[in-house]
Amino acid sequence: MADDTGKFGVGAPHLGIPNRRQFFQLGAGAAAGWTVSGSAFAQSERPGNPPDKPRGQVIAALSQEPTVFHPLMPGIEVDQGIWWQVFSPLWYIDPDGNFIPDLAREVPTIENGGLSADGLTWKIKLRSDVKWHDGTPFTADDVKFSLELINNPDFRARSRVGHSLVKDIKIVAPDEIHWRMEAAYSPYMSILGALTFIVPKHILEKLSDPNASPFHNAPVGTGPFRWGERVPGDHIQLNAHTGYHGKGPYVERVVFKYIPDLTVLYTQFRTGQVDYTGLQGILPNFVQEAKTLKGRKIFVSSTSSVEHIAPNLEFGGLADRTVREALYLAINKQAIIDALNYGLPTLTESFVPQQAWSFQQGLPQHKYDPAKANALLDAAGWVRGSGGVREKGGVKLEFTNSTTSGNAVREQTQQLLIQDWRAIGAAMRVNNMPAAVIWGDFWQQSKFNSVIVGVNFMLGSDPDVTPRFGSGATPAKGGRGYNTYQYRSPEADRLLAEGAKQFDLAQRKTTYGDLQKLIRNDLAILPLFQGFIAEGVKEGLQGFRPNINMSINCWNIREWYWA
Amino acid sequence: MARYVINRLAQAIMLLVIVSAIGFAILHLAPGGPLSQFAASAQMTQEDLDRVTKQLGLDRPLPIQYLDWFGRMLRGDWGRSYRDGEAVLSVISSHLGATLELMATATIIAVLLGCWIGVLGALRRYSLFDTLATVGAMIALSIPTFWFGLVTIYVFSVKLGWLPAGNRETVGDGSLLDLLHHLIAPALVLALVETAMWGRFMRSSMLEVINQDYIRTARAKGMPEWRILTVHALRNALLPMITVAGLQFPTLLGGALVAETVFTWPGMGRLFLDSIGYRDYPVVMGILMFSATMVLIGSLLADIFYAVVDPRIRVG
Repeated sequence: MADDTGKFGVGAPHLGIPNRRQFFQLGAGAAAGWTVSGSAFAQSERPGNPPDKPRGQVIAALSQEPTVFHPLMPGIEVDQGIWWQVFSPLWYIDPDGNFIPDLAREVPTIENGGLSADGLTWKIKLRSDVKWHDGTPFTADDVKFSLELINNPDFRARSRVGHSLVKDIKIVAPDEIHWRMEAAYSPYMSILGALTFIVPKHILEKLSDPNASPFHNAPVGTGPFRWGERVPGDHIQLNAHTGYHGKGPYVERVVFKYIPDLTVLYTQFRTGQVDYTGLQGILPNFVQEAKTLKGRKIFVSSTSSVEHIAPNLEFGGLADRTVREALYLAINKQAIIDALNYGLPTLTESFVPQQAWSFQQGLPQHKYDPAKANALLDAAGWVRGSGGVREKGGVKLEFTNSTTSGNAVREQTQQLLIQDWRAIGAAMRVNNMPAAVIWGDFWQQSKFNSVIVGVNFMLGSDPDVTPRFGSGATPAKGGRGYNTYQYRSPEADRLLAEGAKQFDLAQRKTTYGDLQKLIRNDLAILPLFQGFIAEGVKEGLQGFRPNINMSINCWNIREWYWA
Repeated sequence: MARYVINRLAQAIMLLVIVSAIGFAILHLAPGGPLSQFAASAQMTQEDLDRVTKQLGLDRPLPIQYLDWFGRMLRGDWGRSYRDGEAVLSVISSHLGATLELMATATIIAVLLGCWIGVLGALRRYSLFDTLATVGAMIALSIPTFWFGLVTIYVFSVKLGWLPAGNRETVGDGSLLDLLHHLIAPALVLALVETAMWGRFMRSSMLEVINQDYIRTARAKGMPEWRILTVHALRNALLPMITVAGLQFPTLLGGALVAETVFTWPGMGRLFLDSIGYRDYPVVMGILMFSATMVLIGSLLADIFYAVVDPRIRVG
């Protein structure tokens, strides 16, 4: 029973800022990574060596059912649990933030000639020893096909961000591919590494409809596990691919078990029916008890998601920066963390996770200070009217707050907020909705007053937040992106444009550091804390490594084995 | 009789059309949509969402979408799930077996146990057994299935370790014994309410019968008590239960939905909940039509069977 939790606490050591050479040695050219202190303990705990050939099975429990198996189509986090086992990207991002070659022989850099100095020409050398699960050799044709499929107008692609800039793809040799970018876009390195899997041309090119085929429910990849069977609503079984080109796999089978109720999921972990509790892990109220279970290890690790109050910056009093500052000062964040989240999350002031190379230290720290909040509002002319609610120029300081109904912790948070804000003359009402409703037009088209939401602002490990904070990214104004806050700042736009075409890590750090200061100063969001996940692993199961750069911590089951 | 059956069949078809139109409208008019789940994704932009919406035909007017769906359904094409691209009929059939297994087991338990409790309660009216059965039934009907399921798991799985805490089978086992082992808890939980209902219905039905003149006459003629009960009383008491059985399907399906969630049973109930959550319109509509058809068939069969055994119904 281990209770180390790999909590990537505040002040966890960061990678120093590498120089340009080191940066590109990391395989970046676009972005680098961050240190995840929690990963070290998992490695250091590993006793002995993995077996010579796959042995045993792992039952991994997930609270959502993976249903999308074509890795380029719209899917959710949990689908990635399958994609990482069945498919391979060109390179992936390890827990320390390094780009590690996978299907590529090396990660392209300016130093190795993979990238041109202006970032417009990419030359990728590929492995020549990789085979698809059906025995067909993997070649540059597959990479070309995958990139072109994403841009095929008839294909229901998940996203074309970055990919749409790829032009003039040339196959130089079966193991080498070149392309030109229409414009320099440094986050593409991360998009290719964390979010783009390569699919087989020889199977998919024959389809008349690229959106429907047997492949979608029995995918063929180059990953460490091949498709086994799916019992809808129950489980998915993957079998070891013994011809895998990388390290592992060390278990014969991995079974993803779908258990929708988190209490039931924890109970089955407790009774030993499952070996690992994946998304969404163990509920905070069970974590303490879970740590006392015999034969179980509990890992609490930070995620890239930042829990925050999203204000609609064009609604009523929330449009006034002074009001937002007063509201922020009046939130008892520590109570939300300690009382409602069992002290597990980490305080934050930024949209960037604290383990990231791009995280800006020294941002102004939040202080719970209702007196100062009241003074600010008084000075700004927000006067208390009937019922103690402030108003200014005919605008009352009242608004609704929405979140996913049924999320008990967020609903409790709302009760604390009502109380905290009432004390400074702001009236908040609750207007919660089911997930399928709130995250639709209500959120996308900025129909809310304020929302409590957890958002991963990163593109893999890249801090480019143009789609989140760019002026042209507000859907309610016809923009392309998800700037539902309706944040508009010429300075932020300038920084975002600059950061996306910079290829030097130190320069990018400065740019995104300035952006974090700006967003914190403008209070475009009111951060509550950096998210966390508590996961359980049966004792004896080795190789689990939380990876903050991935959406799911079972990204590396190929490295797992029973001691 | 044929005319009666045709009339009832025509009514059932009309009802199905009405159910489909109302169901389709309610489902599509409810806020949110099948792409909401992707909105929080770090990748998909509004433009991507709009593109996919168009590709799925969700941007068309609702009546057009309905007519399109209805036309295809009549041709046997129930559409494809938005979530995994599988044909709806295939999605439903892949979950149907698990639900039928659970419902059938629970029904067998409930009918046997409920009838026994009901008959015995009626024969020993106001006895200790009858009182306990009445109180027990009230408690069973009041207990939320969800809570009872969790308590069952806590006691029999967590504390005693006798039964698995859920799932339909142990992965890689799948023997009959393993299946039965997994079936015990969810079937008993689902059977609880059913048993209580069957018990109460059976008790009142039996009471009504044993007070009839022909029972007294049979006794006066010196017929053995066991024969009176089995041949005369029980047969007639079971008659009204045909209707109860026919109408029990929706209740059973509702209970299965909860039991399946608690016991991670991969059946239709859970599929329905999931599909609603994801706004997977084709699957929700498929399950709705399938369930409505089952309910109507159940009710139709009960009516026909009743008409067969009681000719007065046909005339009326």
